Amino acid sequence: MSEVLGLKEKLGRNVFKHSEHRHINIKEGREKDPQLKKAVLVCPAGLYSVNDNGEVELTIDGCLECGTCRLACGPELLEWNYPDGGAGVQFRFG
Amino acid sequence: MIIVGGGLSGLAAAYTLAQEGLEVLVLERGDYSGAKNVTGGRLYVNPVRELFPDLWKKAPFERFIAHEQVVMMAKERSVTIDYSGSELAVEPYQSYSILRAKFDRWLAKQAERKGAMLVTKNRVDDVIMENGRVIGVWAGGEELRSDVVIACDGVLSFTAEKAGLRKPGRANDYAVGYKEIIELPLEVIEARFNLEGNEGAARLFMGEVTQGMFGGGFLYTNKESISLGVVVGIHDLMQGEVAAPELIDLFKQRPEIRRLIKDGNTAEYSGHAIPEGGLKAMGKLFGDGILVAGDAAGMAMNIGITVRGMEYALASGYIAAQAYLKARERQDYSAASLSVYQKLLDESFIMKDFNSFKDAPQVLENPRFFNYYPEMVGDMMKEIYEVPNGPKKKIFPTVKSRLKFGELMAMAGDLRKVMKI
Ligand SMILES: Cc1cc2nc3c(=O)[nH]c(=O)nc-3n(C[C@H](O)[C@H](O)[C@H](O)COP(=O)(O)OP(=O)(O)OC[C@H]3O[C@@H](n4cnc5c(N)ncnc54)[C@H](O)[C@@H]3O)c2cc1C
Ligand code: SF4
Repeated sequence: MSEVLGLKEKLGRNVFKHSEHRHINIKEGREKDPQLKKAVLVCPAGLYSVNDNGEVELTIDGCLECGTCRLACGPELLEWNYPDGGAGVQFRFG
Repeated sequence: MIIVGGGLSGLAAAYTLAQEGLEVLVLERGDYSGAKNVTGGRLYVNPVRELFPDLWKKAPFERFIAHEQVVMMAKERSVTIDYSGSELAVEPYQSYSILRAKFDRWLAKQAERKGAMLVTKNRVDDVIMENGRVIGVWAGGEELRSDVVIACDGVLSFTAEKAGLRKPGRANDYAVGYKEIIELPLEVIEARFNLEGNEGAARLFMGEVTQGMFGGGFLYTNKESISLGVVVGIHDLMQGEVAAPELIDLFKQRPEIRRLIKDGNTAEYSGHAIPEGGLKAMGKLFGDGILVAGDAAGMAMNIGITVRGMEYALASGYIAAQAYLKARERQDYSAASLSVYQKLLDESFIMKDFNSFKDAPQVLENPRFFNYYPEMVGDMMKEIYEVPNGPKKKIFPTVKSRLKFGELMAMAGDLRKVMKI
């Protein structure tokens, strides 16, 4: 159905190939940076969230590799790379 | 000759060079070309038709666009402009809806047929520099040397960044576009959009769809699916109250959209950043041993609500190939020799467009376009069409009451700015 699906369900429609490494990591000590909180707003896959301690967390599964969080937060806050060749999302339509 | 990235720009360069009999190696990180690529999707063919004369006949297009709509979406109503000129249905068609996983994979095959070598599942990790010049890349733990590297690795272009030609991108100069592929039977699509045969429809939405933020919504009909999505400035999104995923769900629930996608099956959810900083945000396009093309060079544009990047990607890939051929004649791959790329780009529609529209990003930052005007047009229509219980107010004074002196001045100001575009 094309009704509102919820993100998990929506991302579940995609083909993802397992990656050995987490390709995006929050830099140590920057978890509470206010700028990092913007990632929660911009990530189309909704993978960033703020935990009870006020720290931003990233769930990497479901990443669309769109690059938006890197543009919003910059390399100062995020260790950002694409997944290894052949891993990660594989769009069938695009 | 090494090309980083097997998207449109990389494949266009590879196709052109292989056709000249050169050895070309394309390194692509996806399982196949297109596996990582997203577009709205509409490709305008005219600007690139003659660069690749043999390609178009068999290209895997979805539908040719014969019905255009712009929808000004206010909170509770919307006003639509419909353009279905018979000229849109005459061959050669000017634009087509496409799906990248299909299109890029096909284009890769055409480049391979010409003799290009494509290695997929292969991520380029670094550029190799010697005395300030690029002499190759690291990929899959291997050192690969090349007289020139063409960076076609898309919007973030780590290749150009590592070669020192650009800095990491900043939110102001980029948008994010994300969309759902919604499958529907062919007959249902044709009936809902009033299409005959292979005709397609394109609809662009501005206003409430982005809640006044810079950007818009889009809908394209494919053969047996609909591409439905949102493009929104990242910087605006960072200020807002609404998170990106919510925006597209609200869009889907609008009555204008809901009925078009009813009973459809969401088959994919994809997203991608888009450069739209215009001329000012472009990085350096060449250096010693390196050329940059397509999104990697910042060659995409958002004029109002329609994004264009694919023709620029295809054409800049082609032009990068021409520049390489010229440098090869001289056996000189220095920045000075490769600067012919800039010259060829300047002469092409690419830089002409970027110069013509160089004020567009600043002008369009004006939130009135994405909020105020769509609401105002909707309100006027409501007042014109509403027939109350009792006497109806005269139409002209109704319209006039909205257009007080101050308002007219503000509109004239906006118009003056728009006239720069
Ligand atoms: C939602 C949305 C809607 C859009 N709508 C339109 C539209 O309607 N019309 C239009 O003309 N344009 C549109 N655009 C813009 C258009 O899609 C882009 O401008 C175009 O895809 C750019 O092509 P490219 O070849 O430069 O880059 P890409 O298509 O991004 O290709 C880059 C390639 O490089 C590969 N790569 C990246 N890094 C590496 C690495 N380190 N190693 C190996 N490979 C690598 C990637 O996997 C990819 O295949 C839209 C964009 C989006 C996101
Ligand atoms: S790359 Fe895109 S999808 Fe992945 S975490 Fe960043 S914003 Fe989210």
